[in-house]
Amino acid sequence: MSTSQTTTTDHHPALAHQFDSMEQQQDASTFGMWVFLLTELMMFGGLFTAYLIYRLKYYPAFVAGSTSISVSWGFANTLILIASSFTMAMSVWAAQNGKRRMQVWLLLSTMVLGSAFLGVKAKEYYDKWDECHIPGHVIGKGFNAWGGCSATNKSLGNIAEEIRDPKEHGNPNTPETAAEQIARQTEIFFSFYFLMTGLHAFHMVIGLGLLTWLTLRARHGDFGPAYYTPIELGGLYWHFVDIVWIFLFPLLYLISRHQHGV
Amino acid sequence: MSTATAIVTPVMPERHYLNDNYGIRSWLLTKDHKRIAILYLFSITFFFLIGGLFASLIRLHLLTPNGELFEADTYNKLFTMHGVNMVFFFLIPSVPAVLGNFLMPIMVGTKDLAFPKINLLSWYLYIVGGTFSMAAMVSGGADSGWTFYAPLSSGYLKTHVIMLAVGVIIAGFSSIFTGLNFIVTVHRMRAPGMTWGRLPLFVWSNYAASLIMILGTPVIAITLILLALERGFHIGIFDPKLGGDPVLFQHMFWFYSHPAVYIMILPGMGVISEIVPCFSRKRIFGYSFVAFSSIAIAVFGFVVWAHHMFVAGISVYSALVFSLLSYAVAIPSAVKVFNWTATMYKGSIEMSTPMLYAMAFIGLFTIGGLTGLFLAALGLDIHIHDTYFVIAHFHYVMVGGMVTAYLGGLHFWWPKMTGRMYPEAPAKLAALITFIGFNLTFFPQFILGYMGMPRRYWAYPPEFQVLNVLSSAGASVLAVGFLLPLLYFAWSLKYGEIAGNNPWHATGLEWETSSPPPTHNFHEIPIVTKDPYAYGKDAEVTVVH
Amino acid sequence: MSGHSHPTPGLYLVIFLALVVGTCLTWGIAFKDLGVWNPVVALTIAVAKALLVVLFFMHVHYSSKLTKLTISAGVFWLMIMITMSLSDYLTRTFLPQ
Repeated sequence: MSTSQTTTTDHHPALAHQFDSMEQQQDASTFGMWVFLLTELMMFGGLFTAYLIYRLKYYPAFVAGSTSISVSWGFANTLILIASSFTMAMSVWAAQNGKRRMQVWLLLSTMVLGSAFLGVKAKEYYDKWDECHIPGHVIGKGFNAWGGCSATNKSLGNIAEEIRDPKEHGNPNTPETAAEQIARQTEIFFSFYFLMTGLHAFHMVIGLGLLTWLTLRARHGDFGPAYYTPIELGGLYWHFVDIVWIFLFPLLYLISRHQHGV
Repeated sequence: MSTATAIVTPVMPERHYLNDNYGIRSWLLTKDHKRIAILYLFSITFFFLIGGLFASLIRLHLLTPNGELFEADTYNKLFTMHGVNMVFFFLIPSVPAVLGNFLMPIMVGTKDLAFPKINLLSWYLYIVGGTFSMAAMVSGGADSGWTFYAPLSSGYLKTHVIMLAVGVIIAGFSSIFTGLNFIVTVHRMRAPGMTWGRLPLFVWSNYAASLIMILGTPVIAITLILLALERGFHIGIFDPKLGGDPVLFQHMFWFYSHPAVYIMILPGMGVISEIVPCFSRKRIFGYSFVAFSSIAIAVFGFVVWAHHMFVAGISVYSALVFSLLSYAVAIPSAVKVFNWTATMYKGSIEMSTPMLYAMAFIGLFTIGGLTGLFLAALGLDIHIHDTYFVIAHFHYVMVGGMVTAYLGGLHFWWPKMTGRMYPEAPAKLAALITFIGFNLTFFPQFILGYMGMPRRYWAYPPEFQVLNVLSSAGASVLAVGFLLPLLYFAWSLKYGEIAGNNPWHATGLEWETSSPPPTHNFHEIPIVTKDPYAYGKDAEVTVVH
Repeated sequence: MSGHSHPTPGLYLVIFLALVVGTCLTWGIAFKDLGVWNPVVALTIAVAKALLVVLFFMHVHYSSKLTKLTISAGVFWLMIMITMSLSDYLTRTFLPQ
């Protein structure tokens, strides 16, 4: 996006053979990254669709599950990630304006904030493990919706029962009790909690890897006004991961919070 | 811009993409889209043979009604591995990864695809995915059906479902990267003067297929990941025992898998759009209609998926909408068939092998497509869903349509890719044998389905035996038809007539460069001034005998 | 790409602060009982925040029509998947108990 370009006859060392000019390369690469982000949108989208369907089906259980995860940590993480997007955008600006030291510091700040995010998530996951809220019976101590794993465990089953419409029947043909149904439904909330935040965290880890590579190249002086495409593409990826979290926060942490407080 | 002089004896260029570099590293680390296309050619032929092997075993088993050849569980594995290999490792990549990779950059007038290294990565992902699939196979296979329906696949089966699913997921990423590459190349790397309205229809078709690849494939990736997680960690997503919804699996699976069939057929239609004008010596009739119908198929293809679920328990109102939309999606395909036919009308038809395959395509695809409408009708589908009617329908469009188009394309562009002509007589014979074998195999299956024979059953009532025997007989003829090209294509590499730049006197940028093309496709990037398909009276390409 | 203007650090800062405000709003409103409007408000704010990130942090406001079309297509496809799947679940009629 700089206005002074090299002509097509003198080749910038970063010009790939299939392109005629740096401008074409920049255009094509940015467009390619957007197309890739589209594929990521559809992949997360599949999870979001499934989540929406279950939220409608098992609303009380989803409220109970949402209540039991820490809205304060979720809120803090949202702010951390937004800040990291800010530093990332600024590092692209620094590259565009030839500020080598600033690029590097901003990239490093982005990485620190990203790691902080992951640290918080690790703490949250640990809490869930401790409270026996990990779905499935393969990892952790088994899922328990009715209290009993640690002193701070909120009884998900009770919360769900409280807000369930008494006129609502389960399927009268299944032999299990209402309690078992609620337990299963809250377990599904946690399946989605771990799947969605897990896939997101996985993308964050990849992002940190990308940022490491970008930082090393920036230190080496690879990026400047004539060529900053990789850092711009890294930025696009990072902002996308931020946007996914912008939606995850209200969808997972803020389901009917007014009913049960923090 | 092409020459009409046939007096010059065709020669092989001295240096071209095949001999520019030698050694295994120059192939396995290549960034040349043409070499990558050849790598794909070998690998998908391999998977086609594996899938074909399973098909042969199925047809052998179905010769008798009591299932004497294989156990029921083994039979389930046969149709699963046949389906998975054919759909994910042959049909989806075939035309795009082989012909598309080879031709797209040349047809738009550029040196390579936008991202050559990602193109090579695509091939490696395909190989890794295929390795997982083969590993699943040799360790005993999976018996979930290629559709992996939950909760059978996630909660009950004891076979290697996850390994197979992982293979499909990885192959899916290969497909995504190919689609991404094509889209960026078409948008950003066209030669000067190559406007959208001058692009060959093969490019339009592959572009439309690429749109589907990038928008649909990620959904099956996440669906199969969820399936694997449910199976491995017993978390409830699709299994009702764990609180899940099995119909949700079907929604997510078919959201990709229906558009996937358009990924398979659109590039094939693109091949036909190139062959028909060339061998009718006439401009394509209704270029814009054909171009836009490709995009229409890609878009409409995404809103019809639940027609696979009419009897799965979805709401009747939503079934109604999906049924109506499924009728609508047939329209753009019909537009293409009419346009090809109109192109041939009053044309000067040359019955070359590619043209034989193209004409077979038009007839067989029409039958397949029309029978799809039977299935889209709610009332009728209740009776013919999950019967051999469905199997016959999709084999008519996929084999009678897609494989036929792929073979036609291979014959049409073989001279360009290798510099050699294949031998015409064995080729025409193979085309005829394939056509006869195909119809003998699959037409009886329409009748079987209509009469009530269910699909995926290892045994059947004895009154269906005659038609099954006919079908299996046809399959052996079809196998011969498919194996012959392997032999004569291999023969042609050493003994085939030298082709020269443009043996078919066709239009298109690919015919203006040498056969085989140089590594950088053109010695000089062309500047495009003419419309495509300039055949006929005002053409500059004439046939000189 | 020649001739494109870029956001200034000042603008980035403003967008960042707007995003922080939006986050605080989402969090605060979640504790007020607005009945069925709670999720609507939360998602509306989320969409607004996402738009700010897309338009300014990701430079889409300054990008080509193709980029804007690409993003719109992606969102449109996601909407197809969500709405048509929901159209099944929301229109099911169940047998009387």
